[in-house]
Amino acid sequence: MDIRKELEKRILIIDGAMGTMIQRHNLEEADYRGERFKDWHTDVKGNNDLLSITQPQIIEEIHLQYLAAGADIIETNTFSSTSIAQADYDMQSLAYELNVASAKCARNAIEKFLASPEASNRSGAWVAGAIGPLNKTLSLSPDVNNPGYRAVTFDEVASAYTEQIKALVDGGVDVLLIETIFDTLNAKAAIYAVKKFFRDNKMQELPIMISGTITDASGRTLSGQTLEAFYTSIRHAKPLSVGLNCALGATQMRPHIEELSQIAECYTSAYPNAGLPNAFGQYDEQPHETAHIIEEWAQEGFVNIVGGCCGTTPDHIKHIADEVRKFRPRELPVLEESL
Amino acid sequence: MSSTVIKPYLRLSGLEPLVVRPETNFVNVGERTNVTGSKKFARLIRDNQYEEALSVARQQVESGAQILDVNMDDALLEGVHAMTTFLNLLQAEPDIAKIPVMIDSSKFEIIEAGLKCVQGKCIVNSISMKEGEEKFIDQAFICKSYGASVIVMAFDEIGQADTKKRKVEICERAYKILTEQVGYDPQDIIFDPNIFAIATGIEEHNNYAVDFIEATREIKQKMPLAKVSGGVSNVSFSFRGNDHVREAIHAVFLYYAIQAGMDMGIVNAGQLQVYSEIEPKLKDLCEDVILNRNNDNNEATEALINFAETVKAKGKVTVKDEAWRNEPVEKRLSHALVNGITDYVEADTEEARQKYSKPLDVIEGPLMDGMNIVGDLFGSGKMFLPQVVKSARVMKKSVAYLFPFIEAEKEERRLAHIAAGTVNEEGAGAAKILLATVKGDVHDIGKNIVGVVLGCNGYDIIDLGVMVSADKILETARREKVDIIGLSGLITPSLDEMVHIAREMKRQNMNLPLLIGGATTSRMHTAVKIAPEYQEGVVHVLDASRSVTVAGSLLSKEQKPDFVKKMYEEYRKLKEDFGNKKVTKAYLKLEDAQQNKVKIDWQKFTPVKPSFIGTKSFIDHDLAEIAQYIDWQPFFIAWELHGRFPQILSDEKVGKEATKLYNDAQALLKQIIEEKWLTAKGVIGFWPANSNGKDTITVTDELSTIVELESLRQQVKKAEGQPNMSLTDFIAPIETGLQDYIGAFAVTIDGIEPHLKRFNEQHDDYNKISLQALADRFAEAFAEFLHYKTRTEYWGYVKDENLTNEDFIKEKYLGIRPAPGYPACPDHTEKYKLFALLDATNATGIQLTESLAMYPASSVCGWYFANPESKYFGIGKIEKDQVLDYAKRKNMEIEEVERWLRPVLEYDA
Repeated sequence: MDIRKELEKRILIIDGAMGTMIQRHNLEEADYRGERFKDWHTDVKGNNDLLSITQPQIIEEIHLQYLAAGADIIETNTFSSTSIAQADYDMQSLAYELNVASAKCARNAIEKFLASPEASNRSGAWVAGAIGPLNKTLSLSPDVNNPGYRAVTFDEVASAYTEQIKALVDGGVDVLLIETIFDTLNAKAAIYAVKKFFRDNKMQELPIMISGTITDASGRTLSGQTLEAFYTSIRHAKPLSVGLNCALGATQMRPHIEELSQIAECYTSAYPNAGLPNAFGQYDEQPHETAHIIEEWAQEGFVNIVGGCCGTTPDHIKHIADEVRKFRPRELPVLEESL
Repeated sequence: MSSTVIKPYLRLSGLEPLVVRPETNFVNVGERTNVTGSKKFARLIRDNQYEEALSVARQQVESGAQILDVNMDDALLEGVHAMTTFLNLLQAEPDIAKIPVMIDSSKFEIIEAGLKCVQGKCIVNSISMKEGEEKFIDQAFICKSYGASVIVMAFDEIGQADTKKRKVEICERAYKILTEQVGYDPQDIIFDPNIFAIATGIEEHNNYAVDFIEATREIKQKMPLAKVSGGVSNVSFSFRGNDHVREAIHAVFLYYAIQAGMDMGIVNAGQLQVYSEIEPKLKDLCEDVILNRNNDNNEATEALINFAETVKAKGKVTVKDEAWRNEPVEKRLSHALVNGITDYVEADTEEARQKYSKPLDVIEGPLMDGMNIVGDLFGSGKMFLPQVVKSARVMKKSVAYLFPFIEAEKEERRLAHIAAGTVNEEGAGAAKILLATVKGDVHDIGKNIVGVVLGCNGYDIIDLGVMVSADKILETARREKVDIIGLSGLITPSLDEMVHIAREMKRQNMNLPLLIGGATTSRMHTAVKIAPEYQEGVVHVLDASRSVTVAGSLLSKEQKPDFVKKMYEEYRKLKEDFGNKKVTKAYLKLEDAQQNKVKIDWQKFTPVKPSFIGTKSFIDHDLAEIAQYIDWQPFFIAWELHGRFPQILSDEKVGKEATKLYNDAQALLKQIIEEKWLTAKGVIGFWPANSNGKDTITVTDELSTIVELESLRQQVKKAEGQPNMSLTDFIAPIETGLQDYIGAFAVTIDGIEPHLKRFNEQHDDYNKISLQALADRFAEAFAEFLHYKTRTEYWGYVKDENLTNEDFIKEKYLGIRPAPGYPACPDHTEKYKLFALLDATNATGIQLTESLAMYPASSVCGWYFANPESKYFGIGKIEKDQVLDYAKRKNMEIEEVERWLRPVLEYDA
C-alpha cells in the first residue's frame, strides 16, 4: 500500500510515546540486561532501545497497543540507536543490531495486528525508522568558554547515521523519520547520509519524514533557527512530510504548525507532547484535551499526519484518531513554476 | 479550503530566512570577511585573532549585508582549518549567524569543509566547468546533498568567458546540466558571468562592463528563475586606493546591472553609495567608462583618471574624525547622540531649530530618531550603559537649549487661545513614569540610571528623589496623571515600604503598573510579598536595560494583558516554589542553637586592650589617602558593567567602554580630591565588653553606662560539626574571667549636594551618577582604611599586617566589621545603640532615617570584632521562638520586631 496514495485520502495517524509506555512496566536493571547482557560492564537501565533485543515482547506489545488505538505509522524503538548515542552505555558496537531488532519488532507487530479481528476495517500500516537527534550537536559548543569547539564532527555524525540507516533499511522499514531535530546541522548530516546511502547503493530512496522541534516560546529551534529558516535548510531532502514534535504541547505548537502548513511544499506532520510537564516533570494533559486541540488543526487544514510525543499514550492516539477522522487532510500547496 | 500557492523564489537561511523575491531588488553580499579582499581580515585570520575577525563580520551585517561571503584562500593559511574555525565561531554569534553564509573558495575541499559547519542554507561560491563536465557534476551533487545553492562561474574548459556571447553560452550549458542531470531547482542556480576591471588603459577591457550587463539581461530572459551575481569591486580595480571614485563606479555599474537583472553582488556593505547622490560630474565620467561611451582612444578612461587625481589630492586634507561635520544637521545630531559628543550640540540644535517649523519638531524628529538608534543599539547589546548615559547628556543639552523656545511658543499659543476664546489643548504627550526611592531610604544611583535610560527611550520622567512617602508618591501620580510608578530601595526595610505602597494603591483603587527595583529587591520578594497585594501589574525590574522593554509592554494596550498575566503566572509559580522549599529546611530550637555556638578555646586567648577607650573622630580626612583603598569593582557594577576589576578593562565585550568609564572616573576622582569637593568624616570607638554566653554582649562605655547589644543566631540545622553562629560568640563570655573589647565605627562622605545640583543643571547625568558612585566608593574605602588603622594601631591587635588592597577586598584581614542591617546582624535598630555609643551624629553629621538608612547616602557603619576566630556569615532564617526571645531582650513589641526582621523570618508574620 502506497503511503502517498493514502495521504491524499486522509489524515494519517502516527503513534505516541514509547518511553512513557515503557515506564509503565517499571523495569529494573536486570530486566534491561536480560540474559545476554547480564554481565555487561556498565549500567544499562534507561537504555530503552536495548529492550528491542532483551525484551522484544514488551516493545511489540506497545506497538500493538498503538496499532489497535488507530496508528497508521508506528515508529521503531531506535531514537538513540546510533553508535554516538549508545556510547553512553559503551554499546556503540551494537548500533546496527539494535536498529535491525527494533525494525523487526515493529514489523512483527504489524503482521500480528493485521491478522487479528480488530484489524478487519484496516488496510495496512507503515513502519517509520526513527532517527533521533543525538546527544552531541554540530552547531553548538558544549563549552561556553570555547564557542568554536564541537564535541563531534559532521563526518562522524554522518557516518553514525549511515550505519543506522543501513540497519533500518535492512530491517525492513517503510519510511525514514528524522525527528526531534533541535540542531538543524545534525538533521542535515542525517539527510546527507540518507541521500548518499541510497545513491551509493543504487537503491530506490525510501520516503523521508522530517520533524523539527521548536523548543520554547521564542519560536526557534535550540540551535537558534526560526521555523521558516529551519524548513528552508532541510527542504533539499525533498521529504514526504515535514513537521514538528516534542518540547511543546499542542496549545503551544499551534501557531508554528499553522505557519508550517503555509510554507511547506510537502505534507505536514505534528505530534506534540501531552501538554507541558508539571512541576514533577509529568505530563497531565488528558487524551480528550490533546485530541480536542488537534481536531481544530485538522478542521483548519493544517495537517496530514498527527500523533503524539512525550507523555501521550494509546488512549491519546485513539482520541486523536477518532477526532480527526471527520476531516479532509491538508491539501498540498500549488507550486508555481514562474515568478 | 483554498490551496496555498508557493512561488519558486530563491530561499536561503541563516538563523533567519532570506527569500529573494522579484521586489527584493538587490541583495548585498558582505565582502570584507574575505582574506583575498580585506587586508585587515587576512591579518586577523593569520594571527589567529578569530574573535576580532568576527567583528569584521558583525560590521558587515550592521552595514546592511544580507549574506556574508567568507573566503579563506590564502597561500599562508590552512584553508580547511581556517574556514571551519571561523564558521564554527560565527555560529555562536546570533547577530551575525542570522544571515546566510556564502562559502567562497576556489578549492572545493574548503567549500565542503564550510558546508559541514553551517546549519542554514548556504550559497557555494563557486563551481564551474573549467575542469570538465564530470567534475562539475560531481561537485554539484555534493553541494546539493548539503542543500546549498550554487554560484556557477562562466568558466569552461577553454577559459573564463569575457564576451557576452561566451558568457551566455556557458551559463546555458551549465543550467541544462544542473537541472536535468543533477536535479537542481532552477531558483537555486546563481550565475556569475564574470565582472572584470575596466578603465585599465587596455582597449580590449573597455567593453567588459557592457558585456556583463548585456549578458545578464539575456541570461535572465532565457532562464528567469536563475539568479545573477558578481564581485562588484573587480570592476573598479584600476582605481584602487581611491575609494571615492571606486564607490562612484560601483554605484553607477550597479545602477545599470540591476536594471538588466542582476540579483545580488559581493560588495563592501558599509561603503555603498547612492546613485542619485554621486556628484554630477563624477557620475557622468563613470557612466561613460562603464557604458563604454565617448571612449575612442580611451578618452573616457583618461577623463576619469584625471578627475580621480584631483579628488585624491583633496581627500588627504580632510581630517577623518570630523568628516561627520559635513553631514546634514539631522545626521550630525544623530551622530552626536550615538557617540555622546556634546561639543557642537548647541550650534547643531540651533541650526535644526531654524530648519524646522516648530522647536518641538526638532525633538520629535531628529533627536528622537537619534535616540531610537541609541535605544536599538543598547537593546541589542551593542551599546553599554555609560555610552547611553552620555547620549542622554547630549539629548538633555539639546532639549535644554530648545526649552525656552518651546515655552515661548506655548505662551504665544496660550495668548492666541485666550484671544480667540478657545481652550488650550496640548497633545497627550509621552507616557509619564514616576520614580522614587521609598520613605526611609536614601539610595538613588540605580533609580537615577533607570530614569536616564527610560528618558532616553522617550518617556517623560518625574523623579521625586529619595525618602518619598507613600502619600506623596500616590498623590503626585494622580495629579500628574502618570502612567507607571517605579519604586527603588537599597536597604531591607524599604521592602516593607514597597509592600505598603502596593497595598495603598489597591485600597485607593489605582490601576497603574508598579515597577520594583533596587539592590535589596528580588523577583522572589516581589512574587511572594508585593504582587499578591496589587493585581494591576507589579513587575520586578532587574536592571536599567530591562526597564525599557518592561515599560513598553506595560504601556501597550495589546501587550499589557498578556504580559501581566504571564508575569503573575510566573510569580504564582515562584510563590509556590517558595512555599514548597520552605518546608525542606529543618530548624533548631533557640536553646539548642545556642548550645551549638562557635566553640572558642578562651583559655588560649588573651584579649588585646585597645590603645584608648572611648571614641576618636576624624574630621576632613585626606581623600587622597583614602582613594588608595578604593575597591573599583562595585563602581563598575553600579554602571551595570559586570566583571572583575581590573580584568574588566581588557574584557573583550565591555573592555573598551569600561576603560573609558574608568579613565573618566579617574579624572573626576582627581578633580574631587584636588578641588576638595567632598569631606570624609568618621568616628571610631572601643569599649570593654563581655558576652553572657548566649546572645547578648554587655558593653560598658567610658561613662560606665551599661549598653546591652542583642544579637541574632543562626537557627537552621547545620551539618555535623558546624556551629550555629552569632556575633556574640566572638566576644569572651563573662564567666571566662577575661576582659574582652568591642569596637564600632561610622564614616560618611559629605558635601556631594552642590555638585549633584550643578550636574543636574548641566543635564549631565553621566558625571552625576559617577560622582554618586565614587562617593559610595570613598565611604567604603574610608571604612577599609580605618579598619586597617584600627587593627594595626588604634586597637592594635595585629602589629605586623602586610596586606595588599586586593587582600583587603578579599577580606583576608583578622577580625570583622559587620554592619547592622546586613547578613550577620540583620536588625537595623541596633544602629541606635551604635550611634549612641559613638555619638556618631554629632561626630560625623550622619542622620538616621525612620527606616534607619543613613543620610548622607554615602555612609557606612559597623561593629569591630577582633577575635581571630571571627568571620562574616549570614543569619539565614529564624524561627518564632527566637523572635519572642529577641523581642523580650530588646523590650520591643513582637509585631515591631517582626516588621524589622521580616526578611529573615522563617514564618509568615
